[in-house]
Amino acid sequence: MSDYKDYLTRQVMLGKMNRREFLGRAAALGIAASTANTLFATSAAAQEPKRGGHLKLGLEGAAATDSKDPAKALSQFMFVVGRNWGDTLVESHPTTGAPVPALAESWEPSADASTWTFAIRKGVKFHDGKELTIDDVIKTLQRHTDEKSESGALGVMKSIKEIKADGDKLVLTLTEGNADLPLLLSDYHLIIQPNGGLDNPDAMIGTGPYTVTSFEAGVRATFEKYADDWRTDRGYVDSVELIAMNDATARIAALSSGQVHFINRVDPKTVSLLKRAPTVEILNTAGRGHYVFIMHCNTAPFDNNDLRMALKLAMDRETMVQRILGGYGKIGNDFPINETYALFPEGIEQRTYDPDKAAFHYKKSGHSGPVLLRTSDVAFPGAVDAAVLYQASAKKAGIDIEVKREPGDGYWSNVWNTQPFCTSYWGGRPTQDQMYSTAYLSTADWNDTRFQRPDFDKLLLEARSELDEAKRKEMYRTMAMMVRDEGGLILPMFNDFVNAAGKQVKGYVHDIGNDMSNGYVATRVWLDS
Amino acid sequence: MAGQLMMESGPIAGPVPTDGAARNVDARSADISGMPAKSTPAVSAEIGGTFWRRFVFRRPLLALILKRLGLSVGLLFAVSLMIFGGVEALPGDFATTYLGQSATPQAVENIRQDLGLDRPWSERYLSWLGGAVTGDFGTSWASKQSVSEQIGNRLGNSLFLAFFAALVSVPLAVGLGMLAVQFRNRMPDKIINVISLAAISLPEFFIGYLLIMFFAVEWGVATFPATVYDSMDFGERLSAIALPVATLVLVVLAHMMRMTRAAILNVMSSAYIETAELKGLSTFRVIARHAAPNAVAPVINVIALNLAYLVVGVVVVEVVFVYPGMGQYMVDAVTVRDMPVVQACGLIFAAFYIFLNMAADILAILANPRLRHPR
Repeated sequence: MSDYKDYLTRQVMLGKMNRREFLGRAAALGIAASTANTLFATSAAAQEPKRGGHLKLGLEGAAATDSKDPAKALSQFMFVVGRNWGDTLVESHPTTGAPVPALAESWEPSADASTWTFAIRKGVKFHDGKELTIDDVIKTLQRHTDEKSESGALGVMKSIKEIKADGDKLVLTLTEGNADLPLLLSDYHLIIQPNGGLDNPDAMIGTGPYTVTSFEAGVRATFEKYADDWRTDRGYVDSVELIAMNDATARIAALSSGQVHFINRVDPKTVSLLKRAPTVEILNTAGRGHYVFIMHCNTAPFDNNDLRMALKLAMDRETMVQRILGGYGKIGNDFPINETYALFPEGIEQRTYDPDKAAFHYKKSGHSGPVLLRTSDVAFPGAVDAAVLYQASAKKAGIDIEVKREPGDGYWSNVWNTQPFCTSYWGGRPTQDQMYSTAYLSTADWNDTRFQRPDFDKLLLEARSELDEAKRKEMYRTMAMMVRDEGGLILPMFNDFVNAAGKQVKGYVHDIGNDMSNGYVATRVWLDS
Repeated sequence: MAGQLMMESGPIAGPVPTDGAARNVDARSADISGMPAKSTPAVSAEIGGTFWRRFVFRRPLLALILKRLGLSVGLLFAVSLMIFGGVEALPGDFATTYLGQSATPQAVENIRQDLGLDRPWSERYLSWLGGAVTGDFGTSWASKQSVSEQIGNRLGNSLFLAFFAALVSVPLAVGLGMLAVQFRNRMPDKIINVISLAAISLPEFFIGYLLIMFFAVEWGVATFPATVYDSMDFGERLSAIALPVATLVLVVLAHMMRMTRAAILNVMSSAYIETAELKGLSTFRVIARHAAPNAVAPVINVIALNLAYLVVGVVVVEVVFVYPGMGQYMVDAVTVRDMPVVQACGLIFAAFYIFLNMAADILAILANPRLRHPR
């Protein structure tokens, strides 16, 4: 019950619930009206951000090899570092996922969505005092679209044909229409740097709410509030300190002893232990990341749709979510999209564990003998356990799965996208189009299920430039059904992002975009003494 | 880990740790018990010969050091080749590993060309070696920072931690070892043994977690995490490393303590100790003045190995306490196949082992001059 109370309180703090609604739900919980009123008042008061203080975060994912260049940011740690000092042209809305203005004030597509015009915000200053110009924006985008670039956003930027200025407006011309272009520009690599970062990509000078005061790769980064920040609704604390803590137990110890205010990547297995500490709050956010079992549709024996269907039906999703995610997640339906995406196709029947039906399809496929599943704990946390669980549930359907544990080192180059049946992880993408284009388009580099369907490809391209939302939603529904019923993807679960913070940390925004409030955690929270 | 295995085989298996040390003890006790031992000069003169032989004869210690130095350089080359080959043999190369799941063929190709990974490995090895010989370890492939500069920082941190761990553990271990001999087979000896054996039987990370749980989380008296950085003053640094130092002391204490105890006990059975006892000297005086100096060589050996371990073997402790030392640095680099860093770390680690072993041998010879002319 107290969980639900916390939830209500948070809804009020986020401004998502008014007093009447709050009182109604509180009454349903059996809380007296007077108590509920006080509760509402304190929650609402907590909405007023406090300024000042020194925020310390203990984060997993840093390495001595981290590069300061945002183009090469890969780790969780550098993701937050970049969000602190830099801004992108567009941001995504924390709860709807829709594009919202950042350094670009507004934008306008052409009728076929192949040319986009962006108005760039004026009067924004970089940390070195130089004013942001359209030239900086163009140079930044050019640096990331350069074929020789090592940018992590290269794949996203591939479809941009021309980048130019029209007076003080930015004009992007695409090779084909793309209704989602603004969201693509919210990619965390695409931080706008002075002169595009061409002079010194490692300078860590941007327009973000914090300036970098020290940085030691794999150890620690410190920040100070940037006095000339162009926004007032962020950057509440005076200074931020990120400490690299790659050991899960060390993070938990640091949080429960009060040495840090926030930690990421809490192991679902230890959440219940951590919850016992009275000063700690668990922050879990539904996300787009999903844990998957992938079969190559073009490789025997997985080139048989009956066998694929049998393997899908032999998956006990509920148990997976409970055992592997500790309940911090949602069950999946064998297509890589969940309700956190805009234009999510509702009403598709949930696939459930059905050993009889699985056995029927298995028999029909004509396959016999064991099916080899490769796995490793680097695929996702608990992947080996998940594979063994799957083995047990498939056994009841008469399917013999042989689990082979591969070394974690080199898993991504030797097993994933190479071997016909293995466990893997997808981080999700800002849009459905991007998710499908990345992994389900016939020609995609990362088509890890070898899903090759010309009708699917055609639909994907049509949907991309379709500006009518209703039509687009229908197209995405058809595509989801194709992947669900004929693809090589078994998707048992979407994982929550599980973080934890001390109770004095207020204003945490549960952003569906990505982990740690989409990386903005340090710029969005404040400290309550 | 290898270091630890080597150490364990010594003190636990019995009082005789290594060939060198065994020879040492024997020679010394033989000397006392009056066995003839004069032989080497005559042999050398008989053979007569080259400048080197004469040099060995006149300055045996210097010759030994020079020989060991030469050998060390050769060893370092071999080590560098092995490290290079090892990383080369690992599945996946830098480009694919660094980009991980987000590697597009284009990006991989760009990185490979940029770093010259398309060249044959022998060519890359030689050009790296050329730099390393002149003290230039190149730049890290991943972070594009100077490796020498980064290592300077990390090595400083590692040495800082190792120094204080040694400062506490070596005197403590030797002292406890002597105490254990004095109270041999009585209560204090047993207590010291049980506690130190218990500490060594627990994995380091477990000791670390226990210390964190009690001193940082429950009682809040110790600093955690142990992250150190440039702007920290000396006092803050000391307080930050208190818990990792305590962990390391518990981990290495037993080796050195038990070796001290065993070596002294070994000497205690000699005739001259009996003489000393018959003279009516106190037990403590017999141990401290007569037995301990003659047991120095094996103790030095085990101390040297433990010191090397304190510098190069503490990865787990660094991870648990979030301490930015060399171990963590090398592990990060291996994970992404950052060759320049892996190589540089490997060489420095090897150099530490080789140097400390050499120092131990030289000190053993200083303690027993008869070893200067090996038969």
